[in-house]
Amino acid sequence: MNRRQFFKLCAAGAATSAISALGLMSEKAYAAVREFKLIGAKETRNNCPYCSVGCGLLMYSQGSGGKNSEHAIFHIEGDADHPVNRGALCSKGAGLVDYVNSPHRLQYPEYRAPGSNKWERISWHDAFKRIARLMKDDRDANLIEKNADGVTVNRWLTTGMMTSSGMANESGLATQKFARALGLVAIDTIARN
Amino acid sequence: MATQDIIQRSGTSQATPPAQARVGGVKQIAKLFDATKCNGCKACQVACSEWNDLREEVGSFQGTYQNPASLSPECWTLMKYNEIEDQGKLRWQFTHSACMHCADPACLKACSTSGAIVQHANGTVDFDSDKCIGCGYCASACPFDIPKISAVDNKAYKCTMCSDRLAVGLEPSCVKSCTTGALRFGTREDMLFSAEKRVNELKERGFAKAGLYNPEGVGGTGMLMILHDVTQPETYEMPKDPQIPLSVTLWQDWVKPLGTVGLLATAAVACLHKITVGRNIVEEDQPGYQPPEDKAQAEEEAKK
Repeated sequence: MNRRQFFKLCAAGAATSAISALGLMSEKAYAAVREFKLIGAKETRNNCPYCSVGCGLLMYSQGSGGKNSEHAIFHIEGDADHPVNRGALCSKGAGLVDYVNSPHRLQYPEYRAPGSNKWERISWHDAFKRIARLMKDDRDANLIEKNADGVTVNRWLTTGMMTSSGMANESGLATQKFARALGLVAIDTIARN
Repeated sequence: MATQDIIQRSGTSQATPPAQARVGGVKQIAKLFDATKCNGCKACQVACSEWNDLREEVGSFQGTYQNPASLSPECWTLMKYNEIEDQGKLRWQFTHSACMHCADPACLKACSTSGAIVQHANGTVDFDSDKCIGCGYCASACPFDIPKISAVDNKAYKCTMCSDRLAVGLEPSCVKSCTTGALRFGTREDMLFSAEKRVNELKERGFAKAGLYNPEGVGGTGMLMILHDVTQPETYEMPKDPQIPLSVTLWQDWVKPLGTVGLLATAAVACLHKITVGRNIVEEDQPGYQPPEDKAQAEEEAKK
């Protein structure tokens, strides 16, 4: 390449870039907004269990609802049709999807013996058996059948019960019946924690 | 498929405007933040991160409830806990810190990459990260210090006003989550109307300096703010009189057009020179050329 050819090449390059800078080069146009991520997702209604307000939720999971797919929740937002929150959620509620998918979530019963610093995985059967045993022993020892006036009261004051807050009315009634039949007085929901 | 509702596009001259066939009947939208109703619960911040699939790293305590310390490529909405001393007592002035969606956006003006920053017909200013080259002009031009450049992919990120939700007729995620009604969303007209009503209400209740923050320097903003004291927006960490930086205006409105004119003028003068003066003939290159000494010698020989 000689000097003259070099100058020609430079001039051609400058001219080409000048033309593209003037906007004469066509380019592909792409959608400027991100695709809406909930199209076709399965929508499930539920209640937030993290306080006693009980906000309505819409939970979105991947899949059509068909029997062959395992539904993983990927988005949760407030239910605008729910009379309690009308779509709004607090910072705990707005971040629920990370609670649901948390690696720290408790998925099976664990037992820590008195004085131990280790949690051990136990079966549901063992857990129920142990809870029932402890309840029975405590109730047998501490149930107050009659008060000072000799009136039958059947109070069991030494144990309390923490129930689910994500229940429908019917499950709530069943829980009440179970707990009151045992004589329990202190009953609350996990929403208070 | 383009959205065809883009009214402004970065790095694009007026001679080649963006595709905008579908802007008729599109109403301007606005987000209204009422600082007098905000209780700093951070629902907006979490809802933003959840919807946009952003997960900022858990930072460390900086002596304030504000976390992270500032907006970042992974945090597009931040609840600011501005601590004010009021009659010897601590008082918080919460700011919902996110993109203001200016009518006349400095970021869009400063951006020289075609279509990396666009403004939709509804007023939303949106970044197209696929086109962004990460030069950071938007971040330095923004009077509100909103765009942040990612260290992972060297691209600019900020609040999109949930343009993906707006496109299907929903409100932004932050607005939906707000528990106290401090964030509202609707047409700009409706938001201005309810803001005026609220400001009057506040004035009646003794907040004489209450007002609407809708700075004119950037043509008004898509996020309107009701403040207890609109004469001191600095106490909410908002600039008093935000403007498009002079350097950006000079560069984009004067230097760049002048450069184009200069380029075209050079080409025109070259053309004119070619026609009027013609080629520059170099004698040495001509066939039958004799250097002057040879020529003189030849002449002398001829005389002899």
